[in-house]
Amino acid sequence: MTRWAIEIAQGLLVLALAPGLVGVVRWLKARLQSRRGAPPWQPYYELRKLFGKEVVVSSSASWLFRLAPYVVFASTAAAACLVPSLAVGRPLDAVGDLLVVVYLLLLGTVFLALAGLDPGSAFGGMGSSREMTVAALAEPTVALAIFALALSAGSTNLGQIVGRTLTDPAAALSPGHLFAFAALFVVMLAETGRLPVDNPATHLELTMIHEAMVLEYSGRYLALIEWAAALKLLVFFALLGNLFLPWGVAVAASPGALAVALGSLLLKLAVIAVVVAVLETRLAKLRLFRVPELLSVSFVLALLAVTSSFLAR
Amino acid sequence: MTLETTACVLAYMVLAYLGGAVVALLPLRSGLTRALSAAAAIAGALAGIVLAARVLIAGAPFALTVPALLSVGGGLALRLDTLGAFFLILVGVVAAPAALYGAGYSRAYTGRYSLRWLGAMLNLFLLTMSVVTLADNVLTFVLAWEAMSVASYFLVMTEHERADTVAAGGWYLAMTHVGLALILSAFLLLVPVDGGGSFAELRLTAAALSPSLRGVVFVLAVLGFGSKAGLVPLHVWLPRAHPAAPSHVSALMSGVMVKLGVYGILRFALDLLGVGPAWWGALLIGLGAASALVGVLYALMEDDLKRLLAYSSVENVGLIFIGVGAGLLFTSLHEPAAAALALAAALYHALNHAVFKGLLFLGAGAVAHATGTRDMNRLGGLVRRLPWTAACFLVGALAIGGLPPFNGFVSEWLLFQSLLPAVGSSAPLVAPVMTLAVGALALTAGLAAAAFVKAFGITFLALPRSVEAREAHEASVTMRVAMVGLAALCAVLGLGAAFVLPALGSILAGYAGLPRVVPPLTAGPLLVPPGGGASISPSLVAIGLLLAMGAAWLAVRVGAARGLRVGDTWGCGRIGQTPRMEYTSTAYAEPLRRVFAELYRPTEDLTIDVHPESRYFVQSIAYRSEIVPWFERYVYGPLVRRVAAGAGRTRAIQSGSAHAYLAYLVVALLALLAISLAWSG
Repeated sequence: MTRWAIEIAQGLLVLALAPGLVGVVRWLKARLQSRRGAPPWQPYYELRKLFGKEVVVSSSASWLFRLAPYVVFASTAAAACLVPSLAVGRPLDAVGDLLVVVYLLLLGTVFLALAGLDPGSAFGGMGSSREMTVAALAEPTVALAIFALALSAGSTNLGQIVGRTLTDPAAALSPGHLFAFAALFVVMLAETGRLPVDNPATHLELTMIHEAMVLEYSGRYLALIEWAAALKLLVFFALLGNLFLPWGVAVAASPGALAVALGSLLLKLAVIAVVVAVLETRLAKLRLFRVPELLSVSFVLALLAVTSSFLAR
Repeated sequence: MTLETTACVLAYMVLAYLGGAVVALLPLRSGLTRALSAAAAIAGALAGIVLAARVLIAGAPFALTVPALLSVGGGLALRLDTLGAFFLILVGVVAAPAALYGAGYSRAYTGRYSLRWLGAMLNLFLLTMSVVTLADNVLTFVLAWEAMSVASYFLVMTEHERADTVAAGGWYLAMTHVGLALILSAFLLLVPVDGGGSFAELRLTAAALSPSLRGVVFVLAVLGFGSKAGLVPLHVWLPRAHPAAPSHVSALMSGVMVKLGVYGILRFALDLLGVGPAWWGALLIGLGAASALVGVLYALMEDDLKRLLAYSSVENVGLIFIGVGAGLLFTSLHEPAAAALALAAALYHALNHAVFKGLLFLGAGAVAHATGTRDMNRLGGLVRRLPWTAACFLVGALAIGGLPPFNGFVSEWLLFQSLLPAVGSSAPLVAPVMTLAVGALALTAGLAAAAFVKAFGITFLALPRSVEAREAHEASVTMRVAMVGLAALCAVLGLGAAFVLPALGSILAGYAGLPRVVPPLTAGPLLVPPGGGASISPSLVAIGLLLAMGAAWLAVRVGAARGLRVGDTWGCGRIGQTPRMEYTSTAYAEPLRRVFAELYRPTEDLTIDVHPESRYFVQSIAYRSEIVPWFERYVYGPLVRRVAAGAGRTRAIQSGSAHAYLAYLVVALLALLAISLAWSG
C-alpha cells in the first residue's frame, strides 16, 4: 500500500515540479546574461493563464489536432511515472523499462509532429519535418546508450541500473558510463529542444523547430503541450541525474530516506539546470544542417560506450 | 479419430480454395463472381487457421501422404508441424480480411480487367501459399512454391494495361526464378542419390554432409528464399511488384508471401540442416541490418504511398532477419534460452508485420480507390473524407512505427532484449555483431517513425492538394470491416502480448538447438525475457496511458476555460490559405535527404526561365529531382544490359525455322547423354 502511495506521490511531485524547473533554467539564464528575468515560478502563472483562455482552432484542422495535446501530455506523464525520480524497488519498475520511457516520449513527439501538419500551415510542416529528423537521428544514440548501460547492469530495467551502480560505485566512473552520459546529455539537448539544436526562446520562423510545430496551438491545448514539454525536460534531467549518479535515491520506503531522496533530486536538478543555463549562454544555435553532425558525435560517443562496456565485462 | 478430423479440415481448406478458383471462372454476373470467390477464400482461410490451431494445440505434427499423386517424386507429402502451423496461421490471418476487402475493392475493375482471373488466381495463390507451409518433400514444396510465384505474378499483372505494371511483372518473374534456381540447387545438394526427396531423408543426408557443403546449402537457401523475402541486395523487384498489384494482393504479398521466404530459411536452418556454425547467424544479422537500413531510408524518400509501404516491408524483413540471425547465433553458441527468445521475437515481428502491413496496404488501397492516385504530393485532407480509413491507417502507422502500446513496439522491444547478450556469452563474434544489430535496429526505429509520420500526415492531414483528393469518398462497407478488423488485431497483439509470447515459445520448442520445453517468457501481465531482469507489461502501460489521458481530459474539463473558436490558420498576415502553402511529401523528407545525401546521390535539375528584358524577372522555375537507388544504378543496370546483350548474341542461331529448333533439341539431348555417360563411367 505504502509503495503505491509513494508511486502516486512521486508522480504528482514531478508533475508539480516540471514547470518550476523550466522557470529556474530561464531565470538562471537571465541572471547569467545580466538580465533581471522573470521569477522562477513564472511558468505556473503562464499555465494558469493559458488554461483560462479560450482555444482557437484552425478551420483546416481535424480531430487529430484536438486529440494530440492529450496524447502528448498522457504519454509524457506516463513516462515520468516510470522514471525513478525518488525511489527504486517500486511496483512500476517492472511495468516499463528504460526503452518504454524513451518510446513513450517518442509517441508524444509523433503526435506533436502530426498535429503540426494538421492545420496545413507551412510553419507547422517545417517544424514537424525538422522535429522528426532530429528525433530519428537521436533515437539510435539513445538506444545505444541504453544498450551500454544494460550491458553493465544486465538489464534495461531502471531500478536494476540504479541498483547496480549503488552496489558498485566504481561503475559510475567506468568509461562505458561516462561515454553513455555524454551521449545522452547531447541527445537530451536535442530532444528537449534546447540550444544549440533549437532555441526555446525564439519565435523567429526560420530557426525554430518545436515552436514552429506548436504554432497553431492556444489556450488549454497549448497549456497541456507546454506542461508536457516541461515534464519531458524534467524526465531527461532526472534520468541523467539518477541513472549515472544514483546516490540519494530511496531504496527503503522510510520517511527519512524519502526526504533525503527529495533533497538529492532537487540538488541534481539544480546542478543540471545550471549546466544547461551556462551552456545556453555560451553557445550559439547551430545551423539546422549542422545538427546531424552534433548528433553523429553523440552517436559515436554511444558507440564508444557500448564498446567499452563490452570490453569491461 | 482426431487425425481424421484434422484431415477433414485440410480437405475442407483445399476444396474451398479450389472451389473458389473454379467458381470464379464460371460465366456469372460480375458481382456474384466477386462475392463467391471472396467467400470461398475466406472459408479456406478460416479452415487453414483451424487446421493450424489443431496442430498447435495438440503439439504433435499432422502428416498425410498421397503416393498416388505425383508418384515420380515420392508422391504428394504433407506434414504440418508447429513451425508450419505458425505460418499457416499467418496466411489465414491476412487472407480473410484481404479477401473480404477485395470483394469491395475489385468492383472498380468491373468491365476493365478480368474479375474472373483475379478471383481464380487469388484462390490459387492462397492455396499454394498454404501448401508451402504443409509440404514435406522436395517435389511438393517446389511445385507449391513455383505455383505460388506464378499465381502471384498473374495477380501482379491484373492491371495489365499500365506500362509500369508490365515492367514490374518482368522484374518479379526474373527475380523469383533466380530465387527458384537457388532453392532448387540447395535442395539438390541435400537429396540422397537413391532417395525420393522426403524431408526426413534430407535431414539424414544433411547430418552426413561436410561442414563446408552444409555452409554452401545454407547460403544457397538464404539467397534463394531471401530473394522472395526481399533481403538486400535481392529486394529490387519488391518495391516494383508489390505496389503494382491490386491492394488486397499487395497486402497478401507484403504481409504473407514475403514471410514464406523467412519460413524457408527457418525450415532449412532449424529443421533440415540442424545447428550450424556461428557465421550463419552473423551472415543473417548482417543482411538483416542492411535490409532494414536500406528499406527504411528509401521508404522515407518515396512519394508513392504504396511504394513507401513496399520499401518498409524490406525494412521489416530486415528486422525479422536480425532476430532470426541472433537466434541462429545463439544456437551455435549453445545458448538455447537466448536463442528461443530471439526466434520468438522474430516470429512475433513476422506476425505483427503481416497484420500491420496488411492493414496499411488495405488503407493505401482505399486511398488509391477513392482518389485514383498514390502520389502523396497530390493527396491530403483525407481524414475528413475517409474517417474510417484514416483512423485505421493511423493505428497501422503507430504500430509499424514501433510505438507503445501497439504490437510493433512489443516485438521490437523483444528484439532489442534478445540482442542483449546478458547470458554471458564471450565468443569473439558476439560483441561487434550485436553492436551492429542494435545500432541498425535503433536507427531503423527512428527513421521508420519519421517515414510513417510522413505517410499518414501528408496523405490524411491538412488541405487536399488536388481535386481528386477533395472529392474523395469513403471505402465500401466490406473494405472498412476488413481494415477495422486488422486494426483491432494490432491492438490485441500489443495488449495481449502476455498470451501471444508463450504460444510462440511453444511453437519453437524442440527444433534444432532449441530447448525441448521453452521456459515461460511471461509472468502474469509481464513479459520477462530469460537472463536479464528487464520486464515490461504492454497492457499495463496502455492502461496507464488511458488513465492519464482520461485524468487530463477530466481535469481540463472541470478546471479550464471551455471556449473554442474556429479561425484561419495563421499565415503572417496573408489572407486565404491554399494547399500550395503546405509542406509536401518531398519537402517533408528534405532534411533527411540532405543528411543522407551521400547515399541517395539525388540528381537535380533546375531550369529558370527569365524575361528577355531583364534576368530579374523570373517567368517560370522548373525543378526536378530524382533518386535512383545506387544498387540499381551500379549493380542491376549493368547486369541487365549484359544479359540483354548476351541474349542479342544468341540471335545468330535463332532462325525461326522449326526444323532448326528440333535439330538443336536432338543435339542438346545427345550432348547431355554423353556427359552423363562420361560422368557415371
